[in-house]
Amino acid sequence: MSATLLSVADTSISYGKVEAVRSVSLEVKANEIVTIVGANGAGKTTLLNAIMGILPQHGRISFNGQDLAGLDIEDRVAAGLSLVPEHRELFGTMSVEDNLQLGAFRIAKATAAQSFERVYALFPRLKERRQQLAGTLSGGEQQMLAMGRALMGEPRLLMLDEPSLGLAPLIVADIFKIIGALRAAGVSVLLVEQNAKAALQIADRAYVMELGAFILHGPAADIAADPRVVASYLGFQHAGASAV
Amino acid sequence: MAAKRGRADAEGGRSLNTTILLFLIQDGITNGAIYALLGLALVLVFAVTRVILIPQGEFITYGALSYATLAAGQVPGTARLAVVMGLVAFGFDVFAARKSLHARALLRAFTVNIVFPVVVLLLTMWLAGRQNNIPVNITLSLLIVAAIGLFLYRIAFQPIAHTSVLVLLIASVGCHLAMQGFGLVFFGAEGLRGPTISDAAITIGDLRISGQSLVVYGITAALIIALWLFFDFTLYGKALRATAVNRLGARLVGIRTSLSGQIAFLLASVIGAISGILIVPITTLYYDTGFIVGLKGFVAAIIGGLISYPLTAVAALVVGIVEAFSSFYASNYKEVIVFTLIIPVLVLRSLAAPEVEEEKD
Repeated sequence: MSATLLSVADTSISYGKVEAVRSVSLEVKANEIVTIVGANGAGKTTLLNAIMGILPQHGRISFNGQDLAGLDIEDRVAAGLSLVPEHRELFGTMSVEDNLQLGAFRIAKATAAQSFERVYALFPRLKERRQQLAGTLSGGEQQMLAMGRALMGEPRLLMLDEPSLGLAPLIVADIFKIIGALRAAGVSVLLVEQNAKAALQIADRAYVMELGAFILHGPAADIAADPRVVASYLGFQHAGASAV
Repeated sequence: MAAKRGRADAEGGRSLNTTILLFLIQDGITNGAIYALLGLALVLVFAVTRVILIPQGEFITYGALSYATLAAGQVPGTARLAVVMGLVAFGFDVFAARKSLHARALLRAFTVNIVFPVVVLLLTMWLAGRQNNIPVNITLSLLIVAAIGLFLYRIAFQPIAHTSVLVLLIASVGCHLAMQGFGLVFFGAEGLRGPTISDAAITIGDLRISGQSLVVYGITAALIIALWLFFDFTLYGKALRATAVNRLGARLVGIRTSLSGQIAFLLASVIGAISGILIVPITTLYYDTGFIVGLKGFVAAIIGGLISYPLTAVAALVVGIVEAFSSFYASNYKEVIVFTLIIPVLVLRSLAAPEVEEEKD
């Protein structure tokens, strides 16, 4: 069994008096793809934002053995944690290449050159469009750029928030293929998805979130076979997801 | 500014001949170039930190009057202020990092906040009165104001960087008032003038261009090109743009908001000080003159919507020329006319732009 990379213990997150996430615990090990599935508003995005330091939380979050309490977003990035947020947060008026270069802001120039090659190999589309402004890219390309920018910083754990949101099925398939490939490259992934079927197919382990708490967790295959999950997330209303 | 001198004889007839027309245009462009620099600095600081930089005027005054004081062979009080502000900034840095005190971070804070202003002060004390070399005096003035700009951000704005634009604006007004008060202490209520950088003059037909105007054009153009190169071709320049475009995105790639803010304030203070040093040979500056000059740069920045650099530069030239002509035709209403320019612009902008929610960090 490989070492624990991210450990979230008994974490609660509140917006004012409303508790959006209630004492959840989660683990991601090295070279593992872990997914959190759940309906809209379950608290998945909130949890990712708290792990990244965008939102305050109560509980213990440690990464690679280091307690993250009191660390800013920028310190967490330096520790090897990276988030591709739901809204991507690209630099819209800057070129694809500039976006990627800034992704490598805190790493040495020599390593950045290798990162460029790796990212362009994963996303050949970005190489074709490297002079184009990020804001003029299609939705799928923007998602690729957001992931590419995060990978430029050579993270040890990549957290992806709804990477398939609003994208055409073919592009979603591409994106999931690349997420699968990241594991081979030594990057662990924590994936938040509403597209439960696709997420459970590539993940090693899964957590099911409902109303701010995990109701189930275990190997992804077991979760995918759980009758409650089949009924709520993989059932008829999600038939569109089968295109993936 | 410079128009005042030639005006007395022109005012009698108020008829515009070619000589006066060319003079007014030249005067307008000279002032406009300076407003352009100030406007660009305001846009830069606002885009990166959301601070509306009211103390820009004090950077102008401090730069100009430090230069004039040095030229008179004395040590400007601003050099001491920089040391005191550096001490406070160092205290802030140590307090902020108290939980994880690394030797390297501590050394960096010590070098930037203590060693830098102390060295500048010692150099100033040693060089003041001993020599009267214009480039040396300019360099010293710029270093002093750069240090003040950097520490001002660290002390007044970095701790509240995540609050609303309104809170930042109130802090900005506070800084302006405090620094203006210090200006009165350091430089007195009397106005000062500094030596010109160039005394040469070129005459083309009816047009006489003073060397100082040429220096203004040259330095403005050089600074604009330098800023463009910095923003388009260097990693830190791009990081600053990234912070301006998307603050959260910038933080997610590890660009510290505080680093971007410090660079923005450093650039703004140096630009302000350069503007002051360019003006002070043409016109007498008082401890509070910088505010009005800075406000004219602000008018240009507002016309540019606080986001567009080219629009701001063009608007600054318009402001300069409007000012020159209104000081000829209606010199009593000169300032009124210039500042009234804002109103139609704001009306047009508010009609054209959709309502935006205030961005919070």
